[in-house]
Amino acid sequence: MVVYEKSKIVIDHLNLWFDDAHILKDVNMEITSNTVTAIMGPSGCGKSTLLRCLNRMNDLIDGCRIDGKVLIDNENIYTENYDIYNLRKRVGMVFQKPNPFPMSTYDNVAYGLKIHGIKNKKIIKERVEKALIDANLWDEVKDKLRKSAFELSGGQQQRLCIARALAIEPEVILLDEPASALDPISTAKLEELIDELQSNYTVVIVTHNLQQAARVSKFTAFMMLGEMVEFGLTDDIFTAPKDKRTENYLRGRFG
Amino acid sequence: MRRFKQIFGFALSTISLIIALSFLILIITYIIIKGYSVLSWEFISQPPKMSMTKGGILPAIVGTALLSIGAILFSLPFGVLSSIYLNEYARGERIKRIIRVGVNSLAGVPSVVFGLFGLAIFVKYFNFGVSVLSGSLTLGILILPIIIRATEEALKMVPNSFREASLAMGATRWQTTIKVVLPSALPNILTGVILSIGRAAGETAPILFTAAAFYLIGLPNSIFDKVMALPYHIYALMTEGTFPKEQTTIAYGTAFVLLVLVLGMNIIAIMIRIRSRRKQQW
Repeated sequence: MVVYEKSKIVIDHLNLWFDDAHILKDVNMEITSNTVTAIMGPSGCGKSTLLRCLNRMNDLIDGCRIDGKVLIDNENIYTENYDIYNLRKRVGMVFQKPNPFPMSTYDNVAYGLKIHGIKNKKIIKERVEKALIDANLWDEVKDKLRKSAFELSGGQQQRLCIARALAIEPEVILLDEPASALDPISTAKLEELIDELQSNYTVVIVTHNLQQAARVSKFTAFMMLGEMVEFGLTDDIFTAPKDKRTENYLRGRFG
Repeated sequence: MRRFKQIFGFALSTISLIIALSFLILIITYIIIKGYSVLSWEFISQPPKMSMTKGGILPAIVGTALLSIGAILFSLPFGVLSSIYLNEYARGERIKRIIRVGVNSLAGVPSVVFGLFGLAIFVKYFNFGVSVLSGSLTLGILILPIIIRATEEALKMVPNSFREASLAMGATRWQTTIKVVLPSALPNILTGVILSIGRAAGETAPILFTAAAFYLIGLPNSIFDKVMALPYHIYALMTEGTFPKEQTTIAYGTAFVLLVLVLGMNIIAIMIRIRSRRKQQW
């Protein structure tokens, strides 16, 4: 095994409340750079909420209170006056349902570049093309870049959303159940892409699909009712879970 | 017995609808019958002549157009920005509810009260005089709540996933609003705007003291001039002047033109709505 492992993200005693509801309970976790880490667990266990802590999307919700630290490259992102716009540039996100903007395929990918102040058309064109190639979408859309993104299939739309995130050259990519709205073939293409992404990016994927977690990730975290039940190498979690709750979940007792 | 009640109930509601619709048809046919004799190219392209018993109503058409456009120029930016505040920026449901009650109350103010307000503020206090400017501002305030409500509805229809996607890429909320939310909401905002132009064009009371003139031969030269306007022209023809018989026919002709303009606006609005619904894929 290669010894290159370095923590990109460290989640340190993280607690989160929505009003009075305690959603994340003292979560600790280290996410290794240039690997895929999966977070799985039954619906409502807080896995998506945990993911949204990593780019501070929870800040947008009224009544959300957070305690603890999230370190990215050893820097706590939960400090006052932390530049969340730059954070979200470094930590990209892809959502459960494909959500392209009502614009052309090209403009979707160019959007992030434009909002971050890149005006040079040639640079934008190059970066759009590169992002689409990296998202394994270029060959399918190169002839219809100016057409509405809604004309693409669901799977293509989801890869477009990944291209859109890649265009602004993030370091981390968060995927929130990215395949849950896709058919099996599209899902296979997406998983192939996720596998390729880890050579350049740190990938964190939330999924409730056990097989998917087993297929794509090197590390897996299992959460239940806001608690981090178990976290370790995916192979270990799936073959020899330490916690009874993990074992029950893997056997399909709940979730 | 239950069956009978059902038949009776639905029959009653069918008849009610037919009566309601027949009023629309009745109004339109009545106006056409009473006014069609004066309708001609000259009627809409010439100023009035001979104490308004001859000639056309061009100054009134132009005046109504100017007042409506002026009202929109004023209320569109205010209305859209207010809705952005309410829907995209403000936090806390209580304060938003209070603001909405305020906006709705503004919509409930009788239009003649707006006229008095316009007279006091724009005509007198700001010294704009009885003019296109005063009338446009007064009408602008009248349609402001309509624009705010239409824009808010349009903004609400934009899926949250668009906002999330944009914010998650590091866009500010303002960038998200301007570049993603507003363009998506535009067709629906436009529909509301056109409907409110129709509303502004048809109002009499707000321009009574602020903009309208009884009889002008020429067209206005500046926004500080008085104008004729279609709804006020009808009122004037029916209440003043020395040739009531001829004037009545011209009044119905004018009503027909006004009706065509307002209904035309509404049809355009409906067409935009249908087109955007068909294109919309979220």
